[in-house]
Amino acid sequence: MEAQAAHRDNFITRYIFSQDHKMISRQFLITGIVMGCFGVLLSVLFRIELAWPEQSNAFLHFFLGDRWAPDGVMDPNIYLALVTIHGTIMVFFVLTAGLSGTFSNLLIPYQIGARDMASGFMNMISYQLFFLSSLIMIISLFVETGPAAAGWTIYPPLSALPQAILGSGAGMTLWIASMALFVASQLIGGLNYVVTIINLRTKGMSMMRLPLTIWAFLVTAILGICSFPVLLAAVLLLFFDRAFGTSFYLSDIYIGGEVLNHSGGSPILFEHLFWFLGHPEVYIVILPALGITSEIISTNARKPIFGYRAMILSILAIGSLSFIVWGHHMFVSGMNPFLGSVFTFTTLLIAIPSAVKAFNYITTLWKGNLRLSPAMLFSIGLVSTFIAGGLTGIILGDDALDINVHDTYFVIAHFHIVMGLSAIFGMFAGIYHWFPKLFGRMMHKGAGYAHFWITFVCAYGVFYPMHFLGLAGLPRRYYSNEAFPMFHDLASINHLITIFAIVGASAQLIFLGNFAYSVFFGARATQNPWRANTIEWTTPVAHIHGNWPGAIPEVHRWAYDYSKPGYDEDFVPQTVPLRKGESDGH
Amino acid sequence: MTGVLVAAVLVLAVVAIGQLSNLLRLRGEIRGGEHPPAIPTERDNNRQGTLMLLFGIGLLIAVIWSLFAWRDTLLPEPAAAHGRKVDTLMRVTLALIFIVFFITQPLLFYFTFKYRGVKGRRALYYPHNDRLELVWTSIPATVLAGIIVYGLLVWKGIMYPSDKGNDDPLVIEVYGQQFNWTFRYAGRDSQLGDADVRFVGGENIVGIDPNDSRGRDDILTKTLHIPKGRKILFQFRSQDVIHSAYMPHFRVQMNCVPGMVTQFSFTPAYTTAEFRQLKHVQHKVSSVNDAIAKRRARGEDVEPWDFDYVLLCNKICGSGHYNMQAKIRVEEPAAFSAWLAQQKEFKDL
Ligand code: HEM
Ligand SMILES: [Cu+2]
Ligand SMILES: [Cu+2]
Repeated sequence: MEAQAAHRDNFITRYIFSQDHKMISRQFLITGIVMGCFGVLLSVLFRIELAWPEQSNAFLHFFLGDRWAPDGVMDPNIYLALVTIHGTIMVFFVLTAGLSGTFSNLLIPYQIGARDMASGFMNMISYQLFFLSSLIMIISLFVETGPAAAGWTIYPPLSALPQAILGSGAGMTLWIASMALFVASQLIGGLNYVVTIINLRTKGMSMMRLPLTIWAFLVTAILGICSFPVLLAAVLLLFFDRAFGTSFYLSDIYIGGEVLNHSGGSPILFEHLFWFLGHPEVYIVILPALGITSEIISTNARKPIFGYRAMILSILAIGSLSFIVWGHHMFVSGMNPFLGSVFTFTTLLIAIPSAVKAFNYITTLWKGNLRLSPAMLFSIGLVSTFIAGGLTGIILGDDALDINVHDTYFVIAHFHIVMGLSAIFGMFAGIYHWFPKLFGRMMHKGAGYAHFWITFVCAYGVFYPMHFLGLAGLPRRYYSNEAFPMFHDLASINHLITIFAIVGASAQLIFLGNFAYSVFFGARATQNPWRANTIEWTTPVAHIHGNWPGAIPEVHRWAYDYSKPGYDEDFVPQTVPLRKGESDGH
Repeated sequence: MTGVLVAAVLVLAVVAIGQLSNLLRLRGEIRGGEHPPAIPTERDNNRQGTLMLLFGIGLLIAVIWSLFAWRDTLLPEPAAAHGRKVDTLMRVTLALIFIVFFITQPLLFYFTFKYRGVKGRRALYYPHNDRLELVWTSIPATVLAGIIVYGLLVWKGIMYPSDKGNDDPLVIEVYGQQFNWTFRYAGRDSQLGDADVRFVGGENIVGIDPNDSRGRDDILTKTLHIPKGRKILFQFRSQDVIHSAYMPHFRVQMNCVPGMVTQFSFTPAYTTAEFRQLKHVQHKVSSVNDAIAKRRARGEDVEPWDFDYVLLCNKICGSGHYNMQAKIRVEEPAAFSAWLAQQKEFKDL
């Protein structure tokens, strides 16, 4: 009480320079959603182009104008730019900052029993850098030569030479600036998460009593801290090559009628540096979603998560293995084939802990008493897509098989399903489930169901058929599929995909409407609406500084005592002391 | 196809309308107000559980349907010797994937339906079972070990082919530039001349060193001709940015990286003429021509197609990336030699 009374705030300190983890969490969430809208809109634009290549379209003209869609026909340069920015926004801005930023901030202090993050100030800086970085990325859409267009992987020399592609002019410079700020934001945020989890746990909250969400956020933050600096180094060297004529990545190039003055560099070096971040990055995207899902599935199945220790071990195994598999993106890059063998070996190892997680989710459902809320449906959807997408990874991770599907639509299908859909579903699940903690109200259930079903059906409808495009040999990042006669018969599949994409994208309006409506007019939340065990549900519904009005509660057991024999209720909150002779869960 | 589309949209519409009515009913419940409105009721569990089951069934049916309906779009059998091994590995892996998919997905959706919440029932408290965990750690581990070893053997066979010794390969340089391909043959002396980016210009697209006598008889072409049955060693280079030489019918791909030479070797197994006779290829050609006929009927200017092997660029390289192609012709060795003898040598350009 005292803490709260002492703290006065006005509009600015409350909404803009807030150091409160709950407000920062909401800031990350809203920024992430706005960026998500951009990402989805861009994908609809280029999906239209792919279904009706090089045809005039009023919708395209409306968004791209005369500059990029003269007479409504999309320009090939902007096609590549749209794909690039779509990928960048989705991976980094929505599913890294939007997802981790929202839920790490919201749940770490709440679930470990801390009054706030270790450093509220750093937390604030982390958000502000992210905001600035988002702003720059969006501004880059409007520069004269267009935004970065070398793919989200920005391989040089394409990304280094403005002569090579329009987007490698000012657009690329802004991309680098934006990502440099982004990395700084991630590092500051990540350090804060790790320190908070290690140091600020409440009495009784041993590591082996942490909810799986927190384990996932911890490993995610460590992955980020170890890998994002490498991306920063990679793009800084790229910047030097672009601006100061160094030759880290460039050598033996003839372009625009002249031999360039660069020699001795290697693009392969960039590929190694990029994927040293790039691969852990996909786990940075997926682990928080898996953590969220573990929590939601257990709570709504009214059943302990099956194999808590195995779940932790597999998170740790996935996290550490993720640092030694990056080369599976480079099987046909020209690197030594022996390295191909090594990376195939390590890559396929990751399938083991991933399989364990999938089996454990399914077993958690077995003999449960499932409350099928929208959050629960999205979580089950995640398990489905995580399995479906993970399985095709066995093909891509196998160097001999990757030769013929590398960089085709098979890859697009694989990573959208296993990482894109799974992580987005995890994010939706988290929003529906923790909305009461975010905004003190409930989201509308019926609209949530409608949103889930249309999204789920369209998600498979968009990405499942892409496997066939890839197996037909269709490369990704192609502005038109009609330059090669052998792809003409794919037109009907491309139509199907685009229609699902448009319907699926429109369905997100249901979500946006529900979100906006519920923030202001949703049914008021009760303190523990889902009857969950974790201690964020012991805080008052209205946000207060310091989270708990009195002392921070002490924790006596793990988070998963659902339907424990001997108790009348089907949940036993972590704050309930163990009875005499009762053993702690796992 | 259009039928499927309409059906899909209809299904979605039905789901949406169903949910909307749900929504309206809910408003009533909010007013009635006994059950907290955002918490699923038993009826919600029933309805959503059933929908999940239906979705699971629909998903499996759609997957099986697609395997038949879209078969012709897939690449035909490989036109290179090593490709057979790749395709066999692919089939084994796909079989495995489908087995796991068809076990886990039905379980997931069935459990969701079967254990949908009912008032008064209590879930089973079942936090762990180490024996079970061990089983489903060791089964995937064993199967994956098999796949890994199998895959590595295939990879080794493709990437270290020269272990066999005395096969004298035909060396061809594949040179990428924005946005086309050039091929260089060694000429009479069977040796490629040195090349360097400083010599690029005019007719000398690939930068052959004019002072190197080995390069004077080199031959530059824009279509790739290769003899059947002889091993070809491709050396890849690039003039400007990274490209990737992708020859899907041969199961071949390798990046072309400025500043270095990469390589890949394989032996073509069918001439172009022979490949056109394969049943799968003919199916593919006729379904492509069906699609083309439809567009011609709409007044578009598209030529009917006869099958040819192609080389595609498969690494983003700029605005013309989607159209960076070259034709590949596989011929009997005699026809190939005759063709090569007719080409101009570098010194005559
Ligand atoms: C609205 C739903 C989405 C649709 C319809 C969609 C569609 C596509 C398509 C067709 C491509 C390939 C374009 C090409 O290679 O020419 C693509 C690229 C990509 N998408 Fe999405 N996508 C969606 C959502 C997502 C999500 C949720 C993610 C998050 C992981 C994501 C990440 C990416 C990335 C990283 C690329 C690669 C960009 C590049 O090639 O540089 N997308 N998307
Ligand atoms: Cu990877
Ligand atoms: Cu290209």
